[in-house]
Amino acid sequence: MTKQIKDTSRRGALKTLAGGVAGAATMPLWARYAQAQTSEPIKIGFQVHRTGIGAAYGRWYGRTTEAAAKLINDNGGINGRMVEIVAEDDGTDPKRGAEVVEKFANQHGCDVGFGTLFSHVVIGSAPRAGELKLPYFVVSEGHHVASGMLNRYTLQPGITDVKSQVQAMAPYVASNLGKKVTMIFPDFAFGHDHRDFFTAAIEAQGGEVLEHIAIPPTETSFTKYFPKIPRETEVLYHVMVGPAVLTFVKELGEFFGPSRPEMFGFIDSLEAVDIASPGLEYLEGTYFWEGNPRHAQADQSDHDKAFRAAVGVNDRGASISDPADVSTYAHMFGCWETLHVIKAGMEASGYQGPGDRAALIEAVEGMTDMPESLAHPQGAKVFNGKTHQVFGHQYISKVEGGTLKRVHTTSIEDTLYPDETDYTTQSF
Amino acid sequence: MELGPYILLASLEGSVTAAVLALTAVGLSLVFGVMRVVNIAHGEFFMLGAVIAWFVAHSLGGNAALGFAAALIIAPLLVGALAIGADMTILKRLKYDPERTIVATIGLLYIIQQVTLMTYGPEARPVEAPFNTRLAIPWFEWGDDGFSLYWPWGLSTTSYKLAVIGAAITVLMGVWVLMTRTRIGLVMRATQADRDMALAFGIPVERVYAMVFGLGAALAAFSAVLIVPIQQAHYLMGADPLLLSFIVVIIGGLGSLPGTVLAAVLIGLSDGIISVFFSPTLAKILATLLVGLVLVFRPHGLFGVRNG
Repeated sequence: MTKQIKDTSRRGALKTLAGGVAGAATMPLWARYAQAQTSEPIKIGFQVHRTGIGAAYGRWYGRTTEAAAKLINDNGGINGRMVEIVAEDDGTDPKRGAEVVEKFANQHGCDVGFGTLFSHVVIGSAPRAGELKLPYFVVSEGHHVASGMLNRYTLQPGITDVKSQVQAMAPYVASNLGKKVTMIFPDFAFGHDHRDFFTAAIEAQGGEVLEHIAIPPTETSFTKYFPKIPRETEVLYHVMVGPAVLTFVKELGEFFGPSRPEMFGFIDSLEAVDIASPGLEYLEGTYFWEGNPRHAQADQSDHDKAFRAAVGVNDRGASISDPADVSTYAHMFGCWETLHVIKAGMEASGYQGPGDRAALIEAVEGMTDMPESLAHPQGAKVFNGKTHQVFGHQYISKVEGGTLKRVHTTSIEDTLYPDETDYTTQSF
Repeated sequence: MELGPYILLASLEGSVTAAVLALTAVGLSLVFGVMRVVNIAHGEFFMLGAVIAWFVAHSLGGNAALGFAAALIIAPLLVGALAIGADMTILKRLKYDPERTIVATIGLLYIIQQVTLMTYGPEARPVEAPFNTRLAIPWFEWGDDGFSLYWPWGLSTTSYKLAVIGAAITVLMGVWVLMTRTRIGLVMRATQADRDMALAFGIPVERVYAMVFGLGAALAAFSAVLIVPIQQAHYLMGADPLLLSFIVVIIGGLGSLPGTVLAAVLIGLSDGIISVFFSPTLAKILATLLVGLVLVFRPHGLFGVRNG
């Protein structure tokens, strides 16, 4: 059951209203939800980047969320109640994000909020979720959850954070690609996480970062930044987001021509972009971090197969109905897994309604091991209830013959770091 | 990168920006010069050009060069026609009143932007360049064994970027010839000089206005088609060109063609060079500062003419 607010027409709304009035006239209002606990759907507010710089991610986060909700409902819902996704566009804008959270809590009467990706929107929305006491499950990768910057109502149980990702990458980069690194990253919280944590991690490996090149996330042309790359660079570390990622990787190729350094990128630079696009041939032999391998691997698990089929994605990570529509495969599994964590948390706490929100959060905080399963198709994970952050395997792929081939899988231990906060000490 | 190659690369990048900017700004300047209409929707005509280019190239499929060539003709024509329609149905009804046309074109901006969002969607989509060869550029140095040539890392451009500069220069020359050497240009200049007198001499001023508005929009669309293989078509891409066009037109002098081109080269090159050496934000800050200085010391722009 999915309800898309944007699609509501005025005429449709009037009809519904008229129907509601007629319905209310035939019976006393209090009788409408006589068995409220069992028949009313569980409403999950889905904060989605339909427009703005996160739109490509939003489209696939939406498809994944709908597929996960359908699977949950086909198997009987949560505590016998159906799940209803209430989607609201936040325009990838922090201010709008906070307003969307308010709408979830006050207007739609949602049980929880869910699904935000871009870190500046999360940071802008989470304080409001905390004030409204709305459990807020983000799918963002940012380190802001585990850093203690947010609050007890904000959790990230379905996707790992940047700090653990880059920390697990540094040993591989230093021992296989080179020790003198230049970093290119978007100039906002998410990029700064990359800058800070990778710089520290590569130094711990005996390497160094020669130059940090920050690029505004709304930039549309990039060549002018590249001359800052020092000549002695051995490895170029790149991560970019936004509508212009294809331009970014293309111009990077044109800049280097035939004599590029080793390159290690976060697949974010290529999310929703076909790796076989003209101009990207130079990526052959370069390396990428992948949260979840886009191209089906030789040892693909049954869970990954089932996940692809449910979302409607083929073995190349593109839409089954339109092969030119490439997914954000390395991130979108987070929505699927987070919804299943919400389901597990609601079942463990016997969740009945907004009065049980604190119990839901305590139930999720009590989780630890999440074995690989249909609910966790990306792989096994370990949840840290104190920092509200999940940890899991990371993948490194190499481009070989236009295909991303996995060459390294980190252990979960590689991604762990000491706790920086303990949200469980905060009161509800 | 060494200083010499660095500056050369920055100038090349800046020239592409300048070329596209000059085309877009000339369209804006023309509309203001002749019609006294400040067209806030100009950036959206630019965006529409890019989006239509994608539709044309995508629906033709197959050969990249063919799709691009078709887009280069179809997109400006369609956008021009739309602008003429907007002029006849909206601006004419407002009697080209300066304040009310600003509000009307702001409305037009939102309508075009949101309709594009609803139909084309929020994605950024690429149009393939008809040709795109990387051209490495050699540099010289005085080494121990005298003069020698070498190929610095990253010092390169592409054949397509050079073609963009060439195409922009050609079209600008065309506009200049149109304005100064043809009857249509004469009529336009007459309307610009004195609307009432032109009317008295039997010039169909309203038709001239519609044509100028269409031409201005078509120029924006044309420059967008040129840039779309380098950037990508996106529904929000009109904001930057609009801002930069205004900066260029104010510096160059509203309604002055040579002033606009000169200012575009100035802003484009300085944007390229300052972005490379310092930061893109500083480039924008300096451009805005320049606008402020021009407005204080030469309110009619570098080449502007004082109109009664």
